[in-house]
Amino acid sequence: MLTGKVAVVTGGSRGIGRAVAITLAQAGADVAIFYAGNRAAAEQTIAEIEKAGRKGLALQVDVSMAEQVESAMKEVMASFGRIDILVNNAGITRDNLLMRMKEEEWDQVIDTNLKGVFLCTKAVTRTMMKQRSGRIINISSVVGVMGNPGQANYVAAKAGVIGLTKTTAKELASRGITVNAVAPGFIETDMTAVLEEDLKQQMLGAIPLGRFGSAQDVAEAVKFLASDASAYITGQTIHVDGGMVTS
Amino acid sequence: MADTLERVRKIIVDRLNVDPSEVTLEAGIKEDLGADSLDVVDLIMELEDEFEMSIEDEDAEKITTVGDIVEYINKNK
Ligand SMILES: NC(=O)c1ccc[n+]([C@@H]2O[C@H](COP(=O)([O-])OP(=O)(O)OC[C@H]3O[C@@H](n4cnc5c(N)ncnc54)[C@H](OP(=O)(O)O)[C@@H]3O)[C@@H](O)[C@H]2O)c1
Repeated sequence: MLTGKVAVVTGGSRGIGRAVAITLAQAGADVAIFYAGNRAAAEQTIAEIEKAGRKGLALQVDVSMAEQVESAMKEVMASFGRIDILVNNAGITRDNLLMRMKEEEWDQVIDTNLKGVFLCTKAVTRTMMKQRSGRIINISSVVGVMGNPGQANYVAAKAGVIGLTKTTAKELASRGITVNAVAPGFIETDMTAVLEEDLKQQMLGAIPLGRFGSAQDVAEAVKFLASDASAYITGQTIHVDGGMVTS
Repeated sequence: MADTLERVRKIIVDRLNVDPSEVTLEAGIKEDLGADSLDVVDLIMELEDEFEMSIEDEDAEKITTVGDIVEYINKNK
């Protein structure tokens, strides 16, 4: 399905990003992952990519730093020669009520979750424009659509990602590049493992399909958007949330 | 000069689907040849490859006619 393609997955060391990286590799792509600091986890993802018979490359890159992003994309090009798929998945939370939220909590989340998407996208557009093809998939969140108390920074960034997705889609459509977002609901990863049990139970009640999502649920949607099967879809947000948001 | 114009003309004809005779030194890339801003970015990338040079964004913004391109290349290559 993706044989001969090259994918870059940011935040590919753990959670959703890892599942995406492995799933794309199993579909035939060589995959470079960016991670923040967890080398051991990154190497585990690479081992899985190689088990699928594909090439893997792990790069420690802070997606909010333009120079690091640019030189990392150059390294991917030097190793793999092309970039067909970019999955902007790296993300963090720094939850706090708005009135208690520190400026640095706001900045960190906006820098990683929103500016990081801008920088990584910008760094691959030249390559994809020349190739006259490309797939960019941005991981947003259900809360970017619904809002969520205690996550003003995160929600603003995730809503921003949806707007960025629509605009990038329109700018790059004439060059055969599609840009879509995936908005996961409650997915069981390290990010959500820290939440308290009664809050989790309360959230479960708001999910029509009656279960939390898995990283694999998200990875399957990303795989579809990365493939030729989705060629006529661009600027969209696909909700992978068990029915929390319906449109 | 003539040689540069020939190579530039070939790229423009290719990218913008215009007739070679339209690509004169005086022709405006957007006004006369119908390029949009993304086409211009595309064209610049193609020129960078063809002439093995890099054209800074600030310089690229000043380019409006085919003659500007030819002059820039001859000065900087
Ligand atoms: N889990 C959910 O319920 C849920 C719901 C909706 C949306 N999402 C979104 O899905 C994405 C993945 O979430 P997750 O749950 O898989 O998170 P996770 O398990 O916490 O993993 C986060 C990943 O991002 C990387 N990362 C963090 N900051 C980075 C930076 N500045 N530069 C490069 N990489 C960075 C981490 O690298 P290290 O391993 O090196 O730290 C890690 O690979 C995020 O964008 C998140 O907002 C998650």
